[in-house]
Amino acid sequence: MTVPGVLTILLFFAVILLITKPFGGYLYRVYTGAPTFLDRLVRPAEAAVYRLTGVDPEQEMSWSTFLLALLVFNLAGLLLLYAVLRLQGFLPLNPRHYPGLSPDLAWNTAVSFATNTNWQAYSGEASLSYLSQLALVVQQFLSPLSGIAMLLAFLRGLTRRNASTLGNFWVDITRTLLWVALPIAGVAALVLVALGSPENFLPYVHVTTLAGSHQTIAQGPVAAMTSIMQLGDNGGGFFNANAAHPYAAPNAASLLFQLVLGFSVPAALTYTFGKWVGDTRQGWAVFAAMAILFLAGTFAAYHFELAGTPALHQLGINDQLGNLEGKEVRFGPALSTLFDTSTTAVSWGSTAAANDSFTPLGSLVLLFNLLTGEVIFGSWGVGLLGMLMYAILAVFIAGLMVGRTPEYLGKKIGAYEVKMAVLTIVVPTFVILGLTALALSTRAGLAGLGNPGAHGLSEALYAYASGVGNNGSAFGGLNAATPFYTWTVGLAMLIGRYPMYIPALAMAASLARKQAVPASAGTFPTHGWLFVVLLLGMVVVVSALDVFPVLSLGPLAEQFARTAGGAP
Amino acid sequence: MLQQSKIAIRMLLLFTLVCGVAYPSVVTGLAQGLFPRQAGGSLVRRHGHLVGSTLIGQRFRGPNWFHGRPSAVGYDAAASGPSNYGPTSPALRKELAANLAKVLRENPGVRPAQVPVDLVTSSGSGLDPDLSPGAALLQVPRVARANHLSAAAVRGLVLRQVRGRWLGIFGEPHVNVLRLNLALDGLRGR
Repeated sequence: MTVPGVLTILLFFAVILLITKPFGGYLYRVYTGAPTFLDRLVRPAEAAVYRLTGVDPEQEMSWSTFLLALLVFNLAGLLLLYAVLRLQGFLPLNPRHYPGLSPDLAWNTAVSFATNTNWQAYSGEASLSYLSQLALVVQQFLSPLSGIAMLLAFLRGLTRRNASTLGNFWVDITRTLLWVALPIAGVAALVLVALGSPENFLPYVHVTTLAGSHQTIAQGPVAAMTSIMQLGDNGGGFFNANAAHPYAAPNAASLLFQLVLGFSVPAALTYTFGKWVGDTRQGWAVFAAMAILFLAGTFAAYHFELAGTPALHQLGINDQLGNLEGKEVRFGPALSTLFDTSTTAVSWGSTAAANDSFTPLGSLVLLFNLLTGEVIFGSWGVGLLGMLMYAILAVFIAGLMVGRTPEYLGKKIGAYEVKMAVLTIVVPTFVILGLTALALSTRAGLAGLGNPGAHGLSEALYAYASGVGNNGSAFGGLNAATPFYTWTVGLAMLIGRYPMYIPALAMAASLARKQAVPASAGTFPTHGWLFVVLLLGMVVVVSALDVFPVLSLGPLAEQFARTAGGAP
Repeated sequence: MLQQSKIAIRMLLLFTLVCGVAYPSVVTGLAQGLFPRQAGGSLVRRHGHLVGSTLIGQRFRGPNWFHGRPSAVGYDAAASGPSNYGPTSPALRKELAANLAKVLRENPGVRPAQVPVDLVTSSGSGLDPDLSPGAALLQVPRVARANHLSAAAVRGLVLRQVRGRWLGIFGEPHVNVLRLNLALDGLRGR
């Protein structure tokens, strides 16, 4: 590792650490209705939204109404997006006259953006009109709102006593959009333009290059999309190459800014959580567990990417910059790796380098981050929610060890809560492994693999892990546009998002109905280092038990075959 | 059920107008007003004609230009992408060997140990506009000879184009190939 490389990772994370408290405090004020500096501007807009849509902001919802509101809102968004993608040939803002997408590709893409996944089976600049890109932008704003609403419902369940309601879904999403998503995305888009990204609706530019050949340069409203794609942890970029494209991230400063955008809300929510439960140490404990997992993975991946590959060593060239296949010179190994381990940890899914070309052990880190259930910060709301499921398992295990009924944050954790938490962790793994097995045992699945051997297995595994985890990044060599993968990855994305909401909300409702138990001498404290270690242990052990066999067939087999010098 | 569905549809339509129409219009308007060069794609003109964008790599052939990195998409700026070859893929080995052979053939006298890794690997976007300083300096003797310029002058040209790490820490030092070739063109014209 080089000094600037290590500093890149550490200084970046120091920035995240610094913004967590102030931004988390701001979010807490937004959701509790406390005054904020934006109120004068935004409160009238909020009132207008409720008036126009017929929402009564005072009305509380039961968990089933909350879930219903979330589902119909998501379904309506999905259908509208599907229609735009199918009909883009007849719609305006289509200077390249692209035809509508095929039904399976349109379905896959609509599911992808409605579920906050942003898996891209299409190639942005080569198949979508500007209007379709804007329709994607709408879902990039709206899909993260549902994740936040889920988390808020769960936090209300944790803190309310003898209650039967979990808040109002419409209020949660409206406040998030008006106080968080829109103002920050608007300012961030202008910062991205200042740093070099284009922002226009002009046709692609045809030029005669300096050397006399012809080049058609794709552009468009790139900054507007990049801004909300990063802030909302969506990850679906304007271009096929996503954040590696020099228009999407023209320099190191722009890429770092996008990293901060992507981390900002998930990191801040840990502090909001602490405020919500009345003890900020609870939030910092969860933050610490996430930070340790993130930094350990990032440094490991950076080490392997910088160390290069035998294929490069054998050429006898100067490979000081490490495994640069699929990476950009302006970023180099440290920043490229930092961005791509972040994309799998924080679940945004855009990539600044080709994940498919990562070293076997570098890609092991990427896969592991996905397969934890994307709880290492994770995307808006659902990442923290996933980590809280692990926390519930952790206090349950601790309770078993001392023979006491476990409690978490003043609520007794019973068999029902533990069952629901286990469901949210086990079902995704089951779906990922099942679909990977299907892909590897059918001709259609095997035909889509872009690389031979163990690496091909990693490609299929990555696709479903990314789909179920609602991440959206890919081992790009996989031919994701074939009907087999559009349908199965589409299914993975749906299962990864909505069925997971049911146990989480059911648990929230069950917790809300309970009395609080005062902490006693026998209560396991969940704000100290002992708990952090236990939580880390849960994430690592549960994930390892779930996925170690398949990881040993993919990246590990590739690594060992490589050192043994044999064909993988 | 019906009530929530009605709200959902109204909310979706309202938010679509806000996020899909108002937001991009306002951002585009402000961007065009405040940062017209970047918002337009950082395009460059030479003698009044568009020759490309400083941010987008383009293909240079022949001995008299500096060449950029290998591109998996042939520098097609309307279809970006990487090679997506896995690290142990036989196709990657073939590609790397071919790229190295090309560099050695085009730059006589250069030994493999002098070739920086960016000259044999494909970039993430296929449109990488940059080279490492070493990769540009390696081409100086060839470019100088082909343009009947002194190697010292061309070398100075490269060194003036080197951009360091951001704040001395982030990213890697790099040279923009289009800017470098434009500067070379200026030197030739004199």
